[in-house]
Amino acid sequence: MNKRLTIDQLQSKANDIRQDIIRMLGAAGSGHTAGSLDLADILAALYFDIMKIDPSNPDWSDRDIFLLSNGHTVPVQYAAMAEAGFFDKEELMTLRKLGSRLQGHPERTKLPGLENTSGPLGSGLSQAAGYAYSLQYMDNNKHRFVYTIMGDGELDEGNVWEAAMFAGKYKLSQLIAFIDRNNIQIDGNTEDVMPLGDLAAKWRSFGWHVFEIDGHNIQSIIDTVNMAKAITNRPCMIIAYTIPGKGVDFMEYDYKWHGVAPNSEQTETALQELKASSDSEDTK
Amino acid sequence: MNEYPLNPDLFSDKVKMEPIRAGFGRGLKAAGEADDKVVALCADLTESTQVELFRQAFPDRFVETGISEQNLVTVASGLVMAGKVAFASGYAAFSPGRNWEQIKTTIALNDQPVKIIGSHAGISVGPDGATHQMLEDIALMRVMPNMIVIVPGDSIEAEKATLAIAKNNKPSYLRMCREKTPIFSTDKSPFEIGVAYILREGHDVSLMGTGTMTYQLLAAARILAGQGINAEVVHIPTIKPLDREIILASAHKTGRVVTAEEAQIAGGLGGAVAELLGEKLPTPILRLGMQDRYGESGTPAELFDFFGLTGEHIADKVADFVRDTPQYHRD
Repeated sequence: MNKRLTIDQLQSKANDIRQDIIRMLGAAGSGHTAGSLDLADILAALYFDIMKIDPSNPDWSDRDIFLLSNGHTVPVQYAAMAEAGFFDKEELMTLRKLGSRLQGHPERTKLPGLENTSGPLGSGLSQAAGYAYSLQYMDNNKHRFVYTIMGDGELDEGNVWEAAMFAGKYKLSQLIAFIDRNNIQIDGNTEDVMPLGDLAAKWRSFGWHVFEIDGHNIQSIIDTVNMAKAITNRPCMIIAYTIPGKGVDFMEYDYKWHGVAPNSEQTETALQELKASSDSEDTK
Repeated sequence: MNEYPLNPDLFSDKVKMEPIRAGFGRGLKAAGEADDKVVALCADLTESTQVELFRQAFPDRFVETGISEQNLVTVASGLVMAGKVAFASGYAAFSPGRNWEQIKTTIALNDQPVKIIGSHAGISVGPDGATHQMLEDIALMRVMPNMIVIVPGDSIEAEKATLAIAKNNKPSYLRMCREKTPIFSTDKSPFEIGVAYILREGHDVSLMGTGTMTYQLLAAARILAGQGINAEVVHIPTIKPLDREIILASAHKTGRVVTAEEAQIAGGLGGAVAELLGEKLPTPILRLGMQDRYGESGTPAELFDFFGLTGEHIADKVADFVRDTPQYHRD
């Protein structure tokens, strides 16, 4: 990114990403809507402001690393990548279709710019920690950062807490993780299915620096990451409070949209709403 | 045919015994000297998996993960993303026993060069009992696309195999045992990934072994020779990719096949050879190993005897098999 986008422009990107997500999922007929929508602001901030990346050279050796650990929300990553120019936006409509590079869950070998393969939950933080360990202890590289996003339901997985201990022990300061705290998982609300309790205290006790932010406030996302980068003696966890289905009124807060795609009528309704909010932002 | 020099002391009391993992430890250190991208991880078993030698030589390239096998292999995946060649060591019962899905998703599906080192496999871990006797790992790893599966027969071969997988740029599984086992190969014996070796030529039956069982097959062949049965011994250190050519040629020549492994025969070497023969050259086959049951506590020697996996027991079973089974495909 040569020219820095304004917060308004980043919000507009997030809205474009949300519209892409609805179109893709509508065309695919299956997929995970709620989490994809609620991550649009974080992904817009990462792909269009925070991360050092070059869409024309996905393997650029000096790039920052992004690992989506809750791989079922990959429509938001595909949309952000297409908006950023990693590939043509038309390809988004191939999501989940035979022969597509846009697999139902992200696959590293299929699409340049994807760093990892995920979907089975709980592994992304360890992979991010491995990468960050290499930068910090083996490569003597202090200027690249590794970002990862986990779902809150994902924290039920034991692998996550193995990684939490590992990153805490080694004070992996180039590791910046997000929890998408949208309070839903497939079977219902997270606190009913398996209570996560005081997440901030849990991560602090493992040696992490913890931030809690509004995951839809792009200014706050950017400022928080800048603070996280300045913390050089521990890994950082950004607990981002989000609204599942964010941006589409009839999807918001409803866990039933975790693993469902909109039908054609719902797709139209959702797109109209997103376009309307985009227009109202433009006239502000 | 490949020339395969055998240890001249093979059947003497002087035969050198060494744990297979000792060869791995030397090989890993040598691999680290040859390539500074080689790194090692261990889940609280640095001494017993013999990663200690590497750790001492390259402390900055060693990562302790604690008792966390899921984290062990996923951190390894991250290190490989960052350009490393990662050796992740643990007990086979837990890695790949506990972290199979992580190995599949974060390593094998991506075709990344993480080396899973499963130590203390088989019944030869002895008194620890069934929980620690990993018998299903060959089957588990063999069904995983992209994965290379190697079961060295002795410590010398383990050293060569370790150096080979450090350079193959593929996800690889190396299976090792705890106990001292007789060294049947020599420094000059060949080792190449994907190649099986004829250790002894014969025409009545093919004895195909992997890992520690190859030595027992050599012992069985010697006993059988005294009974007028001329057995061919085929050593198969690479389970995947399988050396189809050597196996089919030997089966074609002898018309009877016996497989032996310190593992479940279902899906293991016995499974692999049976699949190949079933498709290409249906041949009577006797599969020796664990017959759909778990192990139990005992000394390694007692357990090999109890499960009929010593040279003497194998010779008896092969003699019966040869007597009862006509030879197929004789030219």
